[in-house]
Amino acid sequence: MNILVVLEDKSGSIHRMSQEAIAGAQQIGGECNLSIGILALGNNAPALAEQAAKYEATEVLSMENEHLNQYTADGYAAAVAQVIANENPQYVFFGHTYQIRDYVPRISVKLQRPFLNDVVSCSTNEGKPVFSKQAFNAKLLAGLHPQGSGPVLVSFQSATFSSDNIQNGTANVRSVTVEMDTGTIKTVPEEPFQEAAGGVDLSSADLIVAIGRGIGKEENIPMAQELAKVMGAEIASSRPVVDSDWLAPHHQIGSSGQTVAPKLYLALGISGAIQHVVGMKGSKNIVVVNKDPDAPIFELADYGVVGDMLEIVPKLTAALQE
Amino acid sequence: MNICVLVKQVPGSDAHFAITADGAWIQEAELPFEMNESDNYALEEALQIREQNGDGEVVVVSLGPDRCQKTIREALAKGADRALHIKEEPPYHSDPYAIASAIANAIKAENFDLVLSGLQSDDLGFGQTGVILGELLGMTTATLVVGTEIQDGKIRVKRELEAGWFQWQTMELPASLAIQSGLNTPRYPSLKGIMTAKKKEIKTVSLAEVFADDNLQEFNGLSVQHVEKQTEMIEGSVDQVVNRLVDVFKNEIRIN
Repeated sequence: MNILVVLEDKSGSIHRMSQEAIAGAQQIGGECNLSIGILALGNNAPALAEQAAKYEATEVLSMENEHLNQYTADGYAAAVAQVIANENPQYVFFGHTYQIRDYVPRISVKLQRPFLNDVVSCSTNEGKPVFSKQAFNAKLLAGLHPQGSGPVLVSFQSATFSSDNIQNGTANVRSVTVEMDTGTIKTVPEEPFQEAAGGVDLSSADLIVAIGRGIGKEENIPMAQELAKVMGAEIASSRPVVDSDWLAPHHQIGSSGQTVAPKLYLALGISGAIQHVVGMKGSKNIVVVNKDPDAPIFELADYGVVGDMLEIVPKLTAALQE
Repeated sequence: MNICVLVKQVPGSDAHFAITADGAWIQEAELPFEMNESDNYALEEALQIREQNGDGEVVVVSLGPDRCQKTIREALAKGADRALHIKEEPPYHSDPYAIASAIANAIKAENFDLVLSGLQSDDLGFGQTGVILGELLGMTTATLVVGTEIQDGKIRVKRELEAGWFQWQTMELPASLAIQSGLNTPRYPSLKGIMTAKKKEIKTVSLAEVFADDNLQEFNGLSVQHVEKQTEMIEGSVDQVVNRLVDVFKNEIRIN
């Protein structure tokens, strides 16, 4: 294959951002005439491979190994580097997830090949893909150009491609093996845990009601929660709300929180500091309510209201309840 | 426990950027510069580890032009013991591999037990340097670190996973950890710290002495991001606004 997409396991299913990477591989592969392989690894590899085999691709590789049952950067970097060296694709695509940030730079060293990470756009020039990333607090865009020859590692920021565009098909599944000895792994992971009860996966939420400084005081939080409940939405926030301890940290969207791309992002009283915007700008519909007509978040809005969220939210909740 | 902290000086987060005529870099003349946010947390974590263990050194390593000396002095004033400035002249290098490889050459002989870096820089934002450096020096690596515990010959670190999940892992030393913002409360320099910082050693090497010219990628063609969105502004009384929002949610975005 010419493009190898490496999947990330999310409790036995393919991570949403890996699906976006598959959609990207299909789009770029179509434009540049490149064939696609998909790699599933870890203890859920058979289940992931079965899901991936229903997508349009040349083949699906499935890799199991006792050293890969639990994620470690040591183990995953060593194993994926071996597969890349054996298969020698032109490109290796990943979703830019937390796990990818953790181990893929080590593959870059092992293979002496570039890792073009957090890519936000890809165009085609003379039959070749050209990748760009954001820089300087996401205010500027820059081109990334691989040097030398051999596989190029690329990870895509959330919402660069849409998983809605995945083409279905049938692909054969092939088992692949790697040589790994116990000495490779110098890390002993413990069981993952949630800090606060009721932690939600905002990245898979369809509807998000996000609140910022405009909420004013802690006593107003239930007002926003009530609206979210009526809409069937998850509640999220910008950093000031979490820093004030009005919501738990896992509700935070942005560069030090989660990255989301819901169908609707309702931003209430959020000014749109760049640290917040990087986490939500991929949302399909952005509706903004803010008192300040100059708030930068209006630049991203599909629908904008200049007004006080504290007046609008209770009436909106009541109207939606009818 | 000898600890290296990678500290980078970056433009302030409110800076407005203009691009040079060749598109290779930003115009720096008018820009405010400051310590990269997550590096500040990495420095604080290093100082706390040293204080808890009661021995060892915290060494600040910074790669960049002369202006970085200000950020290095700030780190020394907060309590770092000494510093290494890898001095770079423009045009600057940007490939995270080549930069990490130069830093690796510069610090190899120090045999640090721990390298701490910020998760990513606010300028180029690759977020790879600490991990690549760890791999080059044969260290264990972890990113998104939000807690540390030194154990006998090992380190136990708490990592942030996605969606509000966390995980502890125990790693062999030496280790390179990329620190997430917010895990501690960075201190301000004391007056005494500022005075003693003036006497602390800053060793300088030129990048040319340690640079292997082993770029894996080139970063260029800077442009301003254009957001071309058509915004429908909803106006009128609160009731009119609410009615239109309900209509948008139900009939245009179709929320259910």
